[in-house]
Amino acid sequence: MGAKGESVFLAQILCLKTILAQQQISLTIRRLANQLLENHAPLSQTAFIGIQPRGIYLSDRLVDEIRAETGQQDIDYGRMDITFYRDDIRKEVHLPNKTDIRFSIEGKKVVLIDDVLYTGRTIRAAMDALMDFGRPEKVELLVLIDRRYSRELPIQADYIGKSIDSIISQKVKVTWQERDGRDEVLLLDE
Amino acid sequence: MTLSTRHLLGIKDLTPQDITTILETARQFKEVLQRPVKKVPSLRDITIVNLFYENSTRTRISFELAEKRLSADTVNFSASGSSVSKGETLLDTVNNILSMKVDMVVMRHSASGAPHFLARHIPAAIINAGDGVNEHPTQALLDAYSIQEHKGTLEGVKVALIGDIMHSRVAQSNLYLLKKMGADVIVCGPPTLIPKHIGEAFGVKVEYNLRRALEWCDVANVLRIQLERQNQVLFSSLREYNLAYGISRRLLDSLPNDVTIMHPGPINRGVELDSDVADSGRSLILQQVENGVAIRMAVLYLLSNQSSA
Repeated sequence: MGAKGESVFLAQILCLKTILAQQQISLTIRRLANQLLENHAPLSQTAFIGIQPRGIYLSDRLVDEIRAETGQQDIDYGRMDITFYRDDIRKEVHLPNKTDIRFSIEGKKVVLIDDVLYTGRTIRAAMDALMDFGRPEKVELLVLIDRRYSRELPIQADYIGKSIDSIISQKVKVTWQERDGRDEVLLLDE
Repeated sequence: MTLSTRHLLGIKDLTPQDITTILETARQFKEVLQRPVKKVPSLRDITIVNLFYENSTRTRISFELAEKRLSADTVNFSASGSSVSKGETLLDTVNNILSMKVDMVVMRHSASGAPHFLARHIPAAIINAGDGVNEHPTQALLDAYSIQEHKGTLEGVKVALIGDIMHSRVAQSNLYLLKKMGADVIVCGPPTLIPKHIGEAFGVKVEYNLRRALEWCDVANVLRIQLERQNQVLFSSLREYNLAYGISRRLLDSLPNDVTIMHPGPINRGVELDSDVADSGRSLILQQVENGVAIRMAVLYLLSNQSSA
């Protein structure tokens, strides 16, 4: 999940700048896929897990890229929803998305994949959720955008598409062709 | 707010959107129940009291398991063995329990409207686990979930509710729910056990002949003959009831269509359902029980921040 509060869009929005445009996104994804291969080939002990709802567009592309690069089709790839592990249920109840993990993560190296790393709370919840599926040997984190200096928990990513500096009132919006009609990462301001 | 209501008192108060939200959320909880660790921390700071003023096996265990799978703290209360026998009123009992910081109340009571009364007087979120002859909303939700899982949809599915419609809160909740979700419904049973104007009230067909009802339907939800709620003789004997309205293997095999059998339990074997039907591959009865936990997790989860205490 990118940033706090979807209601941002009801207010006056100002687009400050484009962080990544379409072509940069596909180059970045290709680079990230190669970094993953560098550390994880031959992938027999590795599992990729996209975090719902917005991390799965990135993870779908990454896994496609890895399949194309290696010719390997039997890659352990799943999607995980972390709604039931959130820490803010007293404030608001969120509706869950689908979790689909059809392999054991026991003893595997798991790479969690999300679009934006911001406060770190989603990743905290994701790690708790992941442990309920087994005991992985190692857990790594890959994000497309790392919003530096905004962490509320001691969490950092192992693979980063692009790091940016932003202030709390700003929002990073990642859009995907499949869902929103175009690939783009924008920095928005209220 | 994720649901349009603070409490689950009956299906009557839910919108079709609420029902869809609950069924959809239950689907995700059903996946949780297949994991190595069948438990999530969602309600870890929520306390729930299960107030059972009437006997129950399935519903009570199902709610308790659902609460534990959600990591809630639970307290159980049953009327027998409590101060109810010393004359304490319902409201006094509940207020005393709530003063110990309880967020949600799951309640079963033999008086219709008892949870509605509580909802007007206490700040906790209330979930009706069956009130008299009024409603049993979580049963209807798990029935709907089971139908949807089996048939892929509720819209246009032909459901026959068979048996004691008059005394059945399960029937009433099912009628509200199935009509709201666009299913086709027939009620079937002896004329003495079918309320006179139910056809007009719910927009359903009434069929007194069991074979005709079964030939028409995709799913038969067979209700229990509620011997404890009948203070007059509405049919002459259980054996006569079984002959006219009991579902046997032979009857099912003689139908031109495949009918799926459901039953909310507990079954009176040899009365409304013969054993070779209840235990057959046509029956969804045990899936219903399994789905009940996921449905109750969904309801508890969605209403968990509704307490105004």
